[in-house]
Amino acid sequence: MSELRIEHVDFSFGELQVLKDVSFSVAAGEFVCLLGPSGSGKSTLFSIIGGILKPDRGAIWLNGENITGKTGYISYTPQTPSLMPWRTILDNVLLGQEIHGVRDEEVALSLIERAGLKGFENRYPHELSGGMNQRASFIRSLLSPQTMILLDEPFSALDEFTRLDMQKWLLTIWSRYRKSILFVTHNIDEAIFLSDRILVLSAKPATVKAEFAVPFARPRQEEILLSTSFLDFKREILQALRSDSI
Amino acid sequence: MRMFIKNFWKQVLFFAVFFTFWEGSVRFFRIPDWLLPGPIQIFREGITSFSVYSSHIIPTVSLALFGLLIGSLCGAITAIVLHLVPALKDMFYPLIIMSQNIPIIVLAPLLVIWFGFGMLPKVIVITLVCYFPVTISLLSGFSQADRELKHYMLMAGASKKQIFWKLEWPGALPALFSGLKIAATYSVMGAVIAEWLGAKKGIGVFMTLSSSAFRTDRVFIAIFIIVIFSFLLFLLIQFLEKLAIRWRPTGEGNNHE
Ligand SMILES: Nc1ncnc2c1ncn2[C@@H]1O[C@H](COP(=O)(O)OP(=O)(O)O)[C@@H](O)[C@H]1O
Ligand SMILES: [Mg+2]
Repeated sequence: MSELRIEHVDFSFGELQVLKDVSFSVAAGEFVCLLGPSGSGKSTLFSIIGGILKPDRGAIWLNGENITGKTGYISYTPQTPSLMPWRTILDNVLLGQEIHGVRDEEVALSLIERAGLKGFENRYPHELSGGMNQRASFIRSLLSPQTMILLDEPFSALDEFTRLDMQKWLLTIWSRYRKSILFVTHNIDEAIFLSDRILVLSAKPATVKAEFAVPFARPRQEEILLSTSFLDFKREILQALRSDSI
Repeated sequence: MRMFIKNFWKQVLFFAVFFTFWEGSVRFFRIPDWLLPGPIQIFREGITSFSVYSSHIIPTVSLALFGLLIGSLCGAITAIVLHLVPALKDMFYPLIIMSQNIPIIVLAPLLVIWFGFGMLPKVIVITLVCYFPVTISLLSGFSQADRELKHYMLMAGASKKQIFWKLEWPGALPALFSGLKIAATYSVMGAVIAEWLGAKKGIGVFMTLSSSAFRTDRVFIAIFIIVIFSFLLFLLIQFLEKLAIRWRPTGEGNNHE
């Protein structure tokens, strides 16, 4: 049974058509990357899945329930860490639970420790680096009761070294918790390294142009980033991306 | 605050030079007392005539504090209501912005005609002058809530109430306090001007009495009391701000004040 299903979604901002007949699905526990050029409508699609925008046509299904236009079913991690500056790291990561009336500090503290943020739980976000904040913001999603996590270019603001560390950390923690992840990026290497499946979006109006199953076994080591098979696969994806700009 | 303390001696030095220059000029040019008394004479008068003006302090202080409290409370409630009911905001927000251009204090004589010389017209004037800065600051604070965080909370299923108390209200606190600081200054000014128009006791009364008697030294005493009171009020609000907003990086938000 597929956990999340997007069916024939169209969306326009007034005259500007942003999404055209977008359909795909994410299975339970699967890690799927959405790859597309900037401005193609990836964040808009997330707003639709999250229920704060209503599609002009089509529907969103989660575990057989129609959640089109309904909020509270997914956990979203924005592009910027978006932690509340007046909350400590601990209170920030518990926000997703609080919204649903629970607060499990013990689990939160153990996750904070696993994220390498032990000792920072009572600090404020401005006292931490960008990468640390991003980790905290991801823990917030992991702790939320929702099983579906949407990540919108979470690492695009980080430098190359931090980003690779974060990617490896994300894979470790995901393999332990096995929530379903839909991850938006415009970085091909990142998409291949992280995901089970890659969906390539076309430029405006966006539609799913191509789909690739990533052939690399898990757990993944960073060495695969330099292997020939990796580069061959990357070339294939690049061609798919290019073909839609014509 | 740390910046303030670090450079404190420079400010002390400035005042030392300023008062010395003042005293020196008054003596050198033999300026008559009714025109400009020297700081030493003002200080001496401040001590000897303490019993004359001491009874005028409390009425002004309580008037300003009372008006500030009511005005800020009304302002905050208005901002919250307008924020939560967008239809009302569309209607009233432009009017509130326009009212910014009217010096509310000109209404004071009118209020005296309507409500007499008692406490009521004075409290109304101070309430009015404190009301608008608080309303406007708080409304702009609400509108500056982080969009990404709002999206996050909405998608996570947060209610309107949760978004308000967990995101918009704490995020608007710094704006609220900058509004309160403006309102505090206005409240002291409002209290003194209201007293000029007629009162039995108050620094404003002491000021007009001294001024018409050409007791310039006492006018200065009144001015110093007002300055000190305004400054203490400012420190009080800054202290409350520190209590309410502990998360701000040190240094930020204080340097520009
Ligand atoms: N609120 C909005 N109103 C009008 N146009 C918008 C709005 N938000 C985004 N857009 C437009 O929709 C397109 C897709 O935006 P977005 O979903 O943010 O792209 P991406 O996340 O892929 O970079 C862009 O052309 C953008 O200008
Ligand atoms: Mg985007």
